[in-house]
Amino acid sequence: MSEGILVSSSPHIRSPEDIGWIMRQVIYALIPGAAVGVYFFGVPAFNVVWVSVVSCIVVEALIQRLMGRPITIRDGSAAVTGLLLAMNLPPGAPWWLVVIGALVAIGLGKQVYGGLGNNPFNPALTARVFLLISFPVEMTTWLVPRPLLVHSADAVTGATPLGAIKTAVFMHGSLASVGHVSIMDLFMGNVGGSLGEVSALALIVGGAYLIYRRIISWHIPVFYIGTVFVMTGIFWLINPGVYANPVFHVFSGGLMLGAFFMATDLVTSPVTVMGKVIFAIGCGVITVVIRLWGGYPEGVSFSILIMNAFVPLINRGTRPVVFGAAR
Amino acid sequence: MLSFRGGIHPPGMKDLVNGRAIESMPLVPLYRVLLQQHIGAPARPVVKAGDVVRKGQVLSEPQGFVSASVHAPTSGKVRGVEECIHPVTGLASPCVVIEADGEDTWVEGLPSELDPFSMEGSELVSMVRSSGIVGMGGATFPTHVKLSPPKDKPIDAFIINGVECEPYLAADHRLMLEEPLRVISGARVVMRILGLSDAVMAIEANKPDAVDVMRREVPGSIRVEVLGVKYPQGAEKQLIKAVLGREVPSGGLPMDVGALVHNAGTCAAIWDACSSGIPLIERVTSVTGSGIREPKNIRVRIGTPLRDVIEFCGGVEEDAVKVIFGGPMMGIAQYSMDVSVTKGTSGVLVLGSRDVDRSSYTSCISCGRCVDACPMGLLPNVLSKLGERSMWEEALSFNLMDCIECGSCAYVCPARRPIVHFIKHMKALSREASAKKRQAV
Ligand code: SF4
Ligand code: SF4
Repeated sequence: MSEGILVSSSPHIRSPEDIGWIMRQVIYALIPGAAVGVYFFGVPAFNVVWVSVVSCIVVEALIQRLMGRPITIRDGSAAVTGLLLAMNLPPGAPWWLVVIGALVAIGLGKQVYGGLGNNPFNPALTARVFLLISFPVEMTTWLVPRPLLVHSADAVTGATPLGAIKTAVFMHGSLASVGHVSIMDLFMGNVGGSLGEVSALALIVGGAYLIYRRIISWHIPVFYIGTVFVMTGIFWLINPGVYANPVFHVFSGGLMLGAFFMATDLVTSPVTVMGKVIFAIGCGVITVVIRLWGGYPEGVSFSILIMNAFVPLINRGTRPVVFGAAR
Repeated sequence: MLSFRGGIHPPGMKDLVNGRAIESMPLVPLYRVLLQQHIGAPARPVVKAGDVVRKGQVLSEPQGFVSASVHAPTSGKVRGVEECIHPVTGLASPCVVIEADGEDTWVEGLPSELDPFSMEGSELVSMVRSSGIVGMGGATFPTHVKLSPPKDKPIDAFIINGVECEPYLAADHRLMLEEPLRVISGARVVMRILGLSDAVMAIEANKPDAVDVMRREVPGSIRVEVLGVKYPQGAEKQLIKAVLGREVPSGGLPMDVGALVHNAGTCAAIWDACSSGIPLIERVTSVTGSGIREPKNIRVRIGTPLRDVIEFCGGVEEDAVKVIFGGPMMGIAQYSMDVSVTKGTSGVLVLGSRDVDRSSYTSCISCGRCVDACPMGLLPNVLSKLGERSMWEEALSFNLMDCIECGSCAYVCPARRPIVHFIKHMKALSREASAKKRQAV
């Protein structure tokens, strides 16, 4: 025998799907969404992506080094946070905004709690909301999408579709003044918005991959998106002059990104199927409430963070039925 | 296909040995027969140093009803009752050490010709009892106890467990293929004891040849049921659920739902005992894994030292790092080559370094994989966090004691948390505390 006998508790074999494998799958699944962002928003978007990923990895390594903890950047979770953070930022975000975001995501969002697994809130969303409150101007300056090949030297800024309807309803009390937004553009990503949220198609493809790989279950995305569809549908039927139609709501803003990639964050979502369903419906309701009546045009980030806070409670309330338990 | 909730699909790895016929292992010079090879009270030795014993002779008397005797695996001289390392507990445990004389002569009267189908149930049970038969799937619960259900718990369903869901192992598989009549006849003896007119033989779908053989050989009273391939399909409670749709209550026994399960190997041993009086002195076991040179299924005497078993199978490979009694999911890692084969040794697994994950564990990432995998509906994530802090009292309210230690949770855990280790640790603490409480009263 080579290195002496190993004696440890059963089981003696482990599934090859460790944390590193899971994080790699998440990165693969995020690539289509990020790529579409880069396609429509060009070099500035590309810079946001790499600055964010690199900063998150560096910040994680630095903090762990300072605190004398083992350095875990190889598990890929910092890279995932970096990619998610980039996708949640405006595509033209200045580099310093990205770096502050990385500091907040890894520092305040993750390491203060003791690292991966101990954080109650999704780190990337923590950073996004922090930046939104601290740097409202930079965080709401949206580039107008232009396919890569026709990119001009100076970037043009505009509004997001959700922003446009919020302004219209606020200023004029109706949607009448809002120009037509093509659902096809929303689906493909040819609209203003955060770097990685614009293309519903790319996000659905990536999300489907995660479901196929059993990294996430279908419950959270389906119930989250379903809740938004049904709720906005009801209000649209009541008053289509003020409330946008449910198809628009489902495909616009950060819903797809949030439902497939942020609400499904393993660490900050419930562990049982029942818990996931409750969590997802909660996210959907809060998103709609903020979108329709709140001060911000978009409510996905807030809703997920709010529901993150309820996860311990949901877990406690949805314990599985024990085999052989008296019924 | 019939199955149960939860569970996992680890790679089967059975083709290392499932095509190899059972080989009988030749005699070795020395046997160490542990006195405690069963769940329950230890047996008292009835031989001493210098005694000459014959093959099949009683070495120990059971103490109380839930106990089992052991028998001499061959003829020879007793070197003494010594302390040996127990392969399950890892602690020193009394064993009878026999120096074989190489004659292998039977004790007087064995084997005898008996007709179990003309014998009374109680007679058969006492045959089983005096033959020292215990559950051979690894649980080692004395078989005669299971065959003597209390009056208020009538048994109406008997399942012959030929599932063998542990990866790598193929001993029951080979036994069913090569000696189907021993298994079937043993099962018929059980049916006679309990007055049952039918029984179910459960085999996992990954053993189609065994299913064919059994379907050909069984009498009309035994139905062969093919189960889906999923671990731990062979666990008693999961098997009863899949086959009968009955759920053994939390903290209860199969007899609480009128069910009885015996492993295929146990049935064969029951047949030997009741048809020829031969006690349990040998068993079939798979010696396998990437770390062993010549994987084999062997018929091995109880008490054979691990060292000899390994040698008979060509020795270990350069990169062998772990020797396990049992399968990779529930088996027990050995630290000494001096341990010996027991009645519950369903396999000897030698893993190479490429099979073993040595990365250290991290915080739980709440992925819920363990919750989905747990066949008992527990929250292994919570149990492992409590276990880290030895909070066993809290863990009791999370059904700690319902855990069957199947290892499914730890197998799937991407954070590599040693969940079963934590659970076993808390169970031990809890048992210790209740023992103390009993003393205090
Ligand atoms: S908690 Fe126990 S019963 Fe559940 S999967 Fe883990 S070892 Fe098996
Ligand atoms: S599988 Fe491991 S990491 Fe996932 S919830 Fe269970 S204990 Fe936590």
